[in-house]
Parts: sequence; C-alpha cells; structure tokens
Amino acid sequence: MEVRVGVLAIQGDVREHKNHLALAGATPVEVRTLKDLNRVQALIIPGGESTTIGMLMAEEGLIDEISSRVQNDQFPVYGTCAGLIVLARDVVGLSPARVGLMDITADRNAYGRQVSSFETKLRISVFHDQPDFPAVFIRAPRITRYGPGVTPLATYDGSVVMAEQGALLVSAFHPEMSGDIRIHQYFVEKVRKTLKV
Amino acid sequence: MEEKQTGTFNVKAGLAEMLKGGVIMDVTTPEQAVIAEKAGAVAVMALERVPADIRAAGGVARMADPSIVKKIQHAVSIPVMAKVRIGHFVEAQVLEALEVDYIDESEVLTPADEQYHIDKWAFKVPFVCGARDLGEALRRIAEGAAMLRTKGEPGTGNVVEAVRHLRAVNAQVRRLINTPDDELADLAKELRSPLEIVRKVKETGRLPVVNFSAGGIASPADAALMMQLGADGIFVGSGIFKSQNPEAFARAIVRATLHFNDPKVIAEVSENIGEAMPGVEMATLTPADRMQDRGI
Repeated sequence: MEVRVGVLAIQGDVREHKNHLALAGATPVEVRTLKDLNRVQALIIPGGESTTIGMLMAEEGLIDEISSRVQNDQFPVYGTCAGLIVLARDVVGLSPARVGLMDITADRNAYGRQVSSFETKLRISVFHDQPDFPAVFIRAPRITRYGPGVTPLATYDGSVVMAEQGALLVSAFHPEMSGDIRIHQYFVEKVRKTLKV
Repeated sequence: MEEKQTGTFNVKAGLAEMLKGGVIMDVTTPEQAVIAEKAGAVAVMALERVPADIRAAGGVARMADPSIVKKIQHAVSIPVMAKVRIGHFVEAQVLEALEVDYIDESEVLTPADEQYHIDKWAFKVPFVCGARDLGEALRRIAEGAAMLRTKGEPGTGNVVEAVRHLRAVNAQVRRLINTPDDELADLAKELRSPLEIVRKVKETGRLPVVNFSAGGIASPADAALMMQLGADGIFVGSGIFKSQNPEAFARAIVRATLHFNDPKVIAEVSENIGEAMPGVEMATLTPADRMQDRGI
C-alpha cells in the first residue's frame, strides 16, 4: 500500500530526502503548512539551522500539530541533524522552539564550526553484518544523554549519533547526502510497522 | 573508531545544501546579527559595511576587521560567513584561522588580483563565489567553490541584474543539457570551463553546487521572484539594514522566501513593513561603479 511520507520543506536537503524516499518505496510530499501535514502519514525533518527551522515551524503551527500526532497517533518522525534537535526533549545552551518528545539531550554544533564538519563510515546496529554507512556530519549535534526508552543505533567517538524511541528516529548525520538509501528504507519500514500499512 | 575526513568537497558543499531555502543576511554588528537570527536568517555575512555604504564610501574595500567577525560569531549560533577580496588568498587564510563557516570571494570588495581567483581547494573552509553566467559559475567550481550565487548589482536595491544573471545561467544550463555529447568539448571551450564539469552538469541536469541569488534584492516580492526563477536561496545585503524597519523587513523576506509560491502569504508579509531601501537605476552607474563586472 502507498505510504505518504512528508519532508519538511523549510530548509536543507528537501529534494535529496524526497529522492531517497521514492527509491525506498514511499510517496514523498513536501510539507510547509498544516494543510500539507494533514496529507502525510509520517514526516522527515531535514537538516538546516535548528533555530530557524524551529521558529518557522512554530509560526505555521506545525510544532503543536506534530507533537499532538506523535503523542496521540504514534506519528512516525525522522529528524536528521537540525531535525534531531527539533525532536530532542533537552538541548544544551540556547534552546530553539521544538517538538521535544524524544528523551534525549542534544548538544548543538558539538563538533565545532564548519572547519570541523566531517565524513566517516558508521556501524549501524540494525543493519547487522551489512557494510558500514557513509555518514556526513555538518556542524552536527551530539546526543549527550538518552533515557531508558531510547535505543541507540550508532555511536561515533563515544557518543550516540543515531537512536530511536517508539515511532521517532533521529540521526546527527545526513543519510541523504550519500547514495545509500538503507536508512530511508529502515524508516519507511518503521512507518509501515507502526501504522500497519 | 573509523577514520574521519574533514574539509572534503562533500562536507563543504554539504553546508550550502543545508542552507537551501533560506535567507543569508549581511550584518555589520553583533546587534544586527541577533536581529537577523531572530528573524529566521539561515546564516549571516559579517561585514564592515553593507554594499550600499561601500558604494557610497568609495576607495578600496577590504576584508572586515577580525574583531567584527569574532563578535558576530560570538553573538549567534547560525553559520557566519565573511567576504574576502577576489584573489586575496591571505585574507582567506585569516578568515580560515578565525574559523568562519563560509568565505565569500566577493566582487563587492575591491579585487586584489585581476587575473586569478583564489585556489579554493587549498582551504578546509568552503567558499561561495559570484557568477553572471554559466562559464563564470563553472570556472569558480573548477577553482574549488562549493556554493555559487548569481550576481546582481550589489547595494542598488534594484533586482534587475539578479534576474538577468539567474535567467542567463538557467538558459545556459538548459542549452548544455540539450547539447549532444560530441559537441560538449566545444561548448566547454566556449564556456572556458573544464569539460569534466560540463559533462557533470549534463549528467545531473543541474549545477553541481547550490546556487543562491544575490545583489539588489530589496523586498519580500524580490526574494520570492528569485526563488520562483529557480534560486536555491537568497542573499540580502543592504536590503535589510538600509530599510526603514529592519526587523520587519528581515522577517518578511524570510517568510516570502519560504512561501515563495504562495502570493497570499507574500501579500500578507509585505503589508505595513515600511519603506524598502532607496534604489538605484542601472543607467546611472558608470562602468567603474559596476561591481558585477569584477572577477569574471
């Protein structure tokens, strides 16, 4: 059955996430407004600047609506980079407007300014013996604490950089920047399981 | 732990990808930077003077005083960019030492080298460069630019040049895509650009890096116009802090850029925001006044 997965189209790799979702068998939909949000069964919040994205989401009423759907309907959301911050319950330092329903603490720009942005290969637990995942970290955040309900899926340099909690999935890196679609496939599968479609 | 690589082209171009859909604002003080961040700017450009004032001041315009850049870096959490003179690789080394997030090798400042641009591959910090046409754009990419901005005429509040150059680049990309493979080498020569990059544009059907629009954007409708014409995002120089009400203008331009396809929102955000910056008619500029002709 068709699964319509939204991509929050405020900033960042909207086109790339849509391409990956299509390759993973979902129907991608751009989400800018509440009306758009009502047309989708799940959502990806891409990277960009969390202060900007959080503020513009709040202005459109998207934060409240996403929060209510996550709490009441197990609405699956995947947040990458800035999206991770938007989903984090706690944020170190200045905290942008956010959904805040995942029991993690996010440290913004934990690796430093752009000169410290990097790419690497990551072992991701749910992919078992498959090859490592090419991960690009751009002014990325780090998860400095996670609650008992959160499952870490990948770590780098001693910190958790990918995790899930119920229908929520986060990664500090950008899976859409490589040709590897396994994380998008994993999310689409998660959406199907959660919503039983 | 796996090996990590910093300063790769992927990582450099990646930051520009994250800024897509956003507005980058010129700021000259930490206070302005905070206004920009609160209004939803996706990054700020730290400058000593905005282009309109550079234009008015005349003389040689150089990289900003590092103390201005540092204060602005301290004031905001969004990326901070800064400008260097075309070809002035030592100014770029200074900005890299300050760890700015992006360096703009910019025609707004007085060029330091009339023949060569900076070898941008030599840096870990990514560069954005201006272009008036596809040849300029691809030459800058060949030199290592990880982001482009189609040039307008900076500091004029007149969007006409920004429109001309974005349309020119788009038209040339369309032509390139429709050029048969055996004619690409000739086209590369005509564009004075490496064949390898020309081939890549044909393969992917678009520019290899993000392309913002810059120069002369002074109203929410200007920003939405450039987005509808296909820009990935917007640079606003003098347009914010030379307007009557910078806070209102900044917010309005951010919202118009986000909802660029929704005229009702553009109408709503354009209401009662005060006067835009005063504009300049192109015909009144002498050739020496035209910043866009620098570094081509």
